[in-house]
Amino acid sequence: MKSRKLTIPYIFWMLVFTMIPIVIIGFSAFNDGKGNFTLEPFQKAFFYSGVFLKSLLIALISTAICLVLAYPLAYILTRMKQSSQKTVTMLLMIPMWMNFLLRIYAWVILLQKNGPLDLALSLLGIHGTYIGNTAAVVVGMVYEYLPFMVLPIYTVMSKIDPGLIEAARDLGSNNAAVLGKVIFPLSIPGVISGITMVFVPSASTFLVSQYLGGTDDIMIGDVIDNIFWTDQNTGAAISLLMMVLIFVFLVLMNLFGDEEAIA
Amino acid sequence: MMKQKNGALSKLYIALILFFLYAPIIVMIVLSFNKGNTIVWKGFSLKWYGELFQDRNLMGALANTLSIAVLASFFATILGTSAAIGINNFKGKTRSIIQNVSNIPIISPDIVMGVSLMLLFTFLGMIFHFQMGYVTVLISHICFCVPLVVLNVMPRLRHMDRSIYDAARDLGCNEWQAFFKVVLHELMPGIVSGLLISFTYSLDDFIITHFTQGAKFQNLSTEIYAMLRRKIPPTINALSTLLFVAIIVIMVIINLRDRHEEKMKNEK
Repeated sequence: MKSRKLTIPYIFWMLVFTMIPIVIIGFSAFNDGKGNFTLEPFQKAFFYSGVFLKSLLIALISTAICLVLAYPLAYILTRMKQSSQKTVTMLLMIPMWMNFLLRIYAWVILLQKNGPLDLALSLLGIHGTYIGNTAAVVVGMVYEYLPFMVLPIYTVMSKIDPGLIEAARDLGSNNAAVLGKVIFPLSIPGVISGITMVFVPSASTFLVSQYLGGTDDIMIGDVIDNIFWTDQNTGAAISLLMMVLIFVFLVLMNLFGDEEAIA
Repeated sequence: MMKQKNGALSKLYIALILFFLYAPIIVMIVLSFNKGNTIVWKGFSLKWYGELFQDRNLMGALANTLSIAVLASFFATILGTSAAIGINNFKGKTRSIIQNVSNIPIISPDIVMGVSLMLLFTFLGMIFHFQMGYVTVLISHICFCVPLVVLNVMPRLRHMDRSIYDAARDLGCNEWQAFFKVVLHELMPGIVSGLLISFTYSLDDFIITHFTQGAKFQNLSTEIYAMLRRKIPPTINALSTLLFVAIIVIMVIINLRDRHEEKMKNEK
């Protein structure tokens, strides 16, 4: 029980399968493929900066929509009776268990030309294309990751001491004040982990935009996937940049979270 | 009066969100029984289900997915639990370094992890003359599962009362007995949730498998990916429906078991 030896296999494992791969990525990002040091992969990576920015934008919009949808949902959930809370969280999680590709493909079916949505709306006299644009990609992202936003916010919110809310009420707060001054500040850790859990995967994933987006909606994940099979060095450089960016994002989120906790 | 109005609005909101989550799945289920192979309804038929079961590749991929998920979550649970117990005995800087490194696979995007493991395996493959396949996929899955287990076991360890281990020792258990009968028992809820989360992550994984699968290995996700590349076969709808039914059945069983356990506890 007191032994530290139990960690040895794990440390060995992390060294071989986590640290060394990162070192290899770094190594091939500064490499011309023949073992010489070069910055060329980064120059080539710079060519994709537009795609990079667009991916971040799509991820940002998707995260914001998830937050706007999830926050009231989590709040409503905590105010329901225990058994209904359980049922609704289960219902939220079931689609998450469906295969990632099948979930996106379901949206391809739903949004396609002459698909169910198209047919339903044309009965009302509305015609349009619903697939092959940025909006469709955002819808797909929100669909993929919405439960990742709801669950952490809900978990944190349901742990708020009801005594605090009661105290605020006794001291004359109305519903809005309780929500703004008690529940919201206390739920920030959940919001932060929700934002992280949605933003990181949606900024880096691929396929969603391939299936739902148009030709100019290609995301940085798709670029890495395409380029890696032909030019590993540039692929490594883009991956490295993405990792650094995500790391900076996480540090910022943490700072923000801590500050709120102190205030 | 005010409260009732709020309640109705809340219910409507939840219903709308659930509609958003389930509408695509329902459309797929309906289409899986369609005789035609487009979205135009041509009559009821089970033929896509028949074709699904005759698809050897898909059935093989399903078997691979299940066996990888079982093995990866099993090994990850053992590795992760022992690691968590060990980490708990470290203090200060060493401990925070180990924990930070162990968080890397969780925070780094799947695609970066997939790409970096692929580079590692091609590098090692050149030295030791092997090719990527079942084993490399299994290793990769263990990689992203272990930190999940550590993450789930750690809080249980922190809240565990150390004196019960000492008590077991005082009452005549040797170290191993005390470990298996007391410590493991205390950690069990964390271990089980780590195992379940690992299992579901492994089942669902596409990106990491995509990069580490090599030329011949397919799991369910990569097989679906290949199918969608070729054409859009209606058997996919049948597959989704069956998976959906399986998930519902598992969820209901878990829920019933929980309720049963709660009842037993109350009766005690």
